[in-house]
Amino acid sequence: MILGRVIGTITSTINHPFYEAKKLLIVEKTDAGGEPLADYLIAVDVVDAGVGERVLVLDEGNGGRQIFAAPDAPIRSVVVGIIDGVDEGRGESGEP
Amino acid sequence: MLLGRVVGTVVPCVVYRGLEGVPLLLVQPLDKAGNPKGRTLVAADATRMAGPGELVYYEGGREAALALEPWFVPVDHAIVGIVDRLDREGEKA
Repeated sequence: MILGRVIGTITSTINHPFYEAKKLLIVEKTDAGGEPLADYLIAVDVVDAGVGERVLVLDEGNGGRQIFAAPDAPIRSVVVGIIDGVDEGRGESGEP
Repeated sequence: MLLGRVVGTVVPCVVYRGLEGVPLLLVQPLDKAGNPKGRTLVAADATRMAGPGELVYYEGGREAALALEPWFVPVDHAIVGIVDRLDREGEKA
């Protein structure tokens, strides 16, 4: 799964049937510290995340299809969590 | 999924079995701010309603093959929706 931040929403009425009435979020990928990366993706939201929130995105088809119990749905990226914080617990010696 | 702008249509005279009648559109991928990024690609249009100039979102890989009816038609990108409205953080609607 990847870390990201919601930077926008998409409204769409003409789409593949699976995407009917699904909430679409534009998520910019971030590093563990929350710094934005160039990459982004569009994900279906299942945890009611809002713009500006840091989120956890599942970015793999089988997992996505499992969430929706839709074995042949064209879905890959799903927002599965809203993040409070990320502690990079490096050991005393600085080794991860 | 990623954002793209439809910039053309592709009309093949011969296609592999299963691709007959599948609308093929030329798509310019966009970055997170909506600016063109990278080379254009050809995507099957699973909505069958997207036209040149429209903002769309598309999927790649196995999910693209799953987007068409009947699925597992051999495509590597498929448009799965047309954007009606896109609201970005900090932009007035």
